[in-house]
Amino acid sequence: MQYMLLIYEDDAERVAHMDERMPTCAAYVETMVKAGIYRSGDRLRGAGAATSVRVVDGKTHVVDGPYAETKEQLGGFHVIDVPDLDTALAWAARCPSASRGLVEVRPIWPR
Amino acid sequence: MPAEGEEAARAAAETVARRSYGKLVALLAARTRDVAAAEDALSDAFASALVDWPAHGVPRAPEAWLLTVARRKLIDAARRRKSAAGAADPLRLISEELEAADAGEGRLPDERLALMFACAHPALDPAVRTPLILQTLLGFDAAAIGSAFLVSPATMGQRLVRAKRKIREAGIPFEVPGGAELAPRLAAVLEAIYAAFAEGWSDPAGTEAHSRNLAEEGIWLGRLVASLLPAEPEALGLLSLMLHAEARRDARRDARGEYVPLAEQDPARWDGALVDEAEALLSRASRLAGTGRYQLEAAVQSAHAVRRRTGRSDWTAIEGLYDALLARTGSPVVAVNRAVALAETRGPAAGLEALDALAEDRRLAEYQPYFAARAGLLARAGKHPEADRAYERAIGLESDPAVRRFLERRRAALRAGPSA
Repeated sequence: MQYMLLIYEDDAERVAHMDERMPTCAAYVETMVKAGIYRSGDRLRGAGAATSVRVVDGKTHVVDGPYAETKEQLGGFHVIDVPDLDTALAWAARCPSASRGLVEVRPIWPR
Repeated sequence: MPAEGEEAARAAAETVARRSYGKLVALLAARTRDVAAAEDALSDAFASALVDWPAHGVPRAPEAWLLTVARRKLIDAARRRKSAAGAADPLRLISEELEAADAGEGRLPDERLALMFACAHPALDPAVRTPLILQTLLGFDAAAIGSAFLVSPATMGQRLVRAKRKIREAGIPFEVPGGAELAPRLAAVLEAIYAAFAEGWSDPAGTEAHSRNLAEEGIWLGRLVASLLPAEPEALGLLSLMLHAEARRDARRDARGEYVPLAEQDPARWDGALVDEAEALLSRASRLAGTGRYQLEAAVQSAHAVRRRTGRSDWTAIEGLYDALLARTGSPVVAVNRAVALAETRGPAAGLEALDALAEDRRLAEYQPYFAARAGLLARAGKHPEADRAYERAIGLESDPAVRRFLERRRAALRAGPSA
């Protein structure tokens, strides 16, 4: 089953430490690749770079900023393919961001 | 003052809950084998206590009070079920249990060991045994247990419900097996307790209250079994092993909260009283017949504890103990530890050779200590690029940030110069 690990962290703090944390993150991703479970993933720019779009009654509204103005923001994601939720949770716990913020584990809707 | 009375009643109920929860569940479920019904009745009884005790004062024997009320609830529920399904005779069983308990005159019989043997019965999935013991003996809820074992609360809840249904429907007995049956069945009980301890132990900083708690609860359960089966050497061996580990809890972190591996710990920071108790238990166990896994593992810890006197672990003894453990268990985790011991007695090349022999073992593919051990020995052997790759794997597999930082420091030192 495919799961998306959605990473939520203090946005300003995450962006400020992006470079120095890169090697740890790379080791985590590389380990998932070696385990043969990694599908895709990326880091996102800070929530300050976000723009939100909504269409109401045919009229487009563009808002500067993310969906919700919270301290913790979506900062990146990984998609993994593992047998079950327990395995996905074990990999989520190894995500370096899990000890700073939170990792949401969501099954991907099968095609 | 009602607020104050309520406070006192709540505190009293919580104290009884902590001390007696498992005892009461064990008593209530012993005859009917219906653990879920016993838990429901007990939780109703606690709810009644919170209404009754503030108004009438905390009873003199709160445990007996709760038992009486819970029994009444159990009988009510059984009556309802009987009229609904025309079921057999839970009422007779409950009244039998009632008479048996009353014969003790105030002192409630201790059925907890029987409950533990039921929860660790071979007919139940090994993965559910520890959660079941934590729930029925200690009153942990499914969410807390799921969280500790990295399983979603809903899944854990379902597993627990299924296991309790199996106990009832399959007729799993509430008894301490005798004769030749005892040793293998006790091994399952001890394994379940050790799993609880190990879960708590994996949170060395004790930052997460529930994890820290699990290590303490594991020791509490270990003490309970050791006191109820004082002539079983493996029960003593497990308690000794857990106490040795617990003695080093604080020494695993330095003043800044950074991880300190065993080899670099200051023995002065170990809890001397716990080490002494662990050593006494092990020596008691060694005078009884039957050496097993837990005594051997406790003996390994004891061979590390000699550092208190000599400044150096007894690696020769440790190698021999891991040989014995490997022959007994065939566990790849033991094989990794044995390789580390070999590196100490015969040099890093011998350790690496032993680790190489394990490289194809799928069970180690996600085992951080295997890669950390490999990285350390490769570094010592001067094979820096390979060591770097092994550190990368170890870092990627680790979930404790302090241990991860430690591995990263080792990896960085390796890159900085050949002296690493």
